[in-house]
Amino acid sequence: MAARLDVRKTYKLYVGGKFPRSESGRSYEVTDAKGRFVANAAKASRKDARDAVLAARAAFAGWSGATAYNRGQVLYRVAEVMEGRHAQFAEEVARAEGLTAAKARAVVDAAIDRWVWYAGWTDKVAQVVGAANPVAGPYFNLSVPEPTGVVAVLAPQASSLLGLVSVVAPVVAGGSTCVVLASERRPLPAVVLGEVLATSDVPGGVVNLLTGVTAETAPWLASHEDVDALDLAGAAPLPGEDPTVDWGALEAAAAATLTRVVRPAGSGASGEADGAVEPDWTVLPDGPRRVLAFMETKTVWHPKGR
Amino acid sequence: MTATTPALTDRVRDVLGSTTLDDASLRRWLHGLPGVDEVGAHGRAAMLGTRSIKTTSKAWALDLAVSMVDLTTLEGADSFGTVRSLCAKARVPDADDPACPKVAAVCVYNDLVPVAVEALAGSGVKVAAVTTAFPSGRASLAVKLADTRDAVQAGADEIDMVIDRGAFLSGRYLKVFEEIVAVREVCDEAVALHGRRAHLKVILETGELSTYDNVRRASWLAMLAGGDFIKTSTGKVSPAATLPVTLVMLEAVRDWAALTGEIIGVKPAGGIRTAKDAIKHLVLVHETAGERWLDPDLFRFGASSLLNDLLLQRRRMRTGVYASPDRLTLAT
Repeated sequence: MAARLDVRKTYKLYVGGKFPRSESGRSYEVTDAKGRFVANAAKASRKDARDAVLAARAAFAGWSGATAYNRGQVLYRVAEVMEGRHAQFAEEVARAEGLTAAKARAVVDAAIDRWVWYAGWTDKVAQVVGAANPVAGPYFNLSVPEPTGVVAVLAPQASSLLGLVSVVAPVVAGGSTCVVLASERRPLPAVVLGEVLATSDVPGGVVNLLTGVTAETAPWLASHEDVDALDLAGAAPLPGEDPTVDWGALEAAAAATLTRVVRPAGSGASGEADGAVEPDWTVLPDGPRRVLAFMETKTVWHPKGR
Repeated sequence: MTATTPALTDRVRDVLGSTTLDDASLRRWLHGLPGVDEVGAHGRAAMLGTRSIKTTSKAWALDLAVSMVDLTTLEGADSFGTVRSLCAKARVPDADDPACPKVAAVCVYNDLVPVAVEALAGSGVKVAAVTTAFPSGRASLAVKLADTRDAVQAGADEIDMVIDRGAFLSGRYLKVFEEIVAVREVCDEAVALHGRRAHLKVILETGELSTYDNVRRASWLAMLAGGDFIKTSTGKVSPAATLPVTLVMLEAVRDWAALTGEIIGVKPAGGIRTAKDAIKHLVLVHETAGERWLDPDLFRFGASSLLNDLLLQRRRMRTGVYASPDRLTLAT
């Protein structure tokens, strides 16, 4: 019997619910933790980033307009589908991060649990941070959090799945839509997450995943007028390496178009332009901070009276 | 059938090569036109669509495209307010950039022409009205002429008429021809009223003509009858303007100019939504009809959402960052 030919997988982008190749036609080599060739991934260009923002903007009305409860159900469904792909995730994470099979499985468990944790927050954040404010006048004064819009996310460079889930889930749980730059050197778990999202009930365009060189595409997203917030988690380099992303410049570009910015961990309150480190994503967040980082507070005054 | 209907001028007789003007002679002439190579038309349109236009050429093309837009609103819900705001947008497309050109015209239903004429007075932006029982064209000739006369008297600079597709498809070419001639005569009445004639655009509604051969025939028939422009579609039927259809029509005006010396304009309308689409059309114009047609007097885009995308691209080229539609007026 003839030897069976391998059916190799083409890793593509995930934009607007579809899996396009890069508009530029480029790809780059992805290696495992030991530097051995694993696959060619699509290398997104600025135009792919632009298309992704368009897709995210188009999806925003539907996603933010869905009830919080419904968003929670949809996100929980994502966790179910991730569970079904557990083995595939574990294999990709083990290769990307150089973990043993057992440790990789534990990372995937944690990532699914993190997704469920954020799914639970969808219909609870408004109760936690919303308020009926006491005011000196005959008014009902109510504050409610609302999703900010389109969020550009630089996903963590080291933690290719748990870190990714920890930054993407809070954005979509709050009702925003996002364009995610996956870990530059460890992009493959993000591509699998894209396949999970495409086969769950998340509307196309709510999450858009781009693989490629972070320092190349990030400035276009930071300066994009139609991006409402920027998460710089992925500006922190891989442990022991020099930073390739100048997150201070990204923040400055974002400021020019009034884009909300979440600085990377370790950058300090004063915002010195280096020192970004990747936090330990296995630690459960102490509250929905990341959800609220991508929400705006709307306060309404309504006259009382009979 | 008499040998000399009023429309059988020397000009028509020369082109037609016939001393009679009837369905049979028109049919002989139109069906004698060479057939359109459909695969070739698709291939050529696709090939020209891949051409990349960069930096200064792109900036020039975007400005030209803005100046070619017939900013259109043809909804049942149109009100005085929506037309006025559209006219304000036509005068000053991008309030952030005084260098941005004005659009060519505003296109409305005929009852809203007075509103548009008032709002655009002195701006140089033309007012186009759709008439002749737009979009179906299913009304008697008397009604169509009254419809047109109404718009002409109200001060429309341009009349967009629809042909009778039912008559065209069933081979009653003379009816189509005579209707265009009659509407054109009404357009000429504008000379007495406003000191200039109203330009006539003839909408072929290519989405209903089924074949490229028919598009070519309808184009020639409309030009023979005296249309100043041939326009692809009403925008109410899908498919509307596609690149191959525009290609066939551009070939028709090119060949017509070679035959008669008359320069006829082309207006693709409907379905052109992005700056990229618009630039593809401009490439097609340049490569098919020639540079002469890269002029708002001879080429127009019938569109509404196209303008905002053109403005976003202009803004992107000016500022270096991707622009947000939030910064523009009228989200269409």
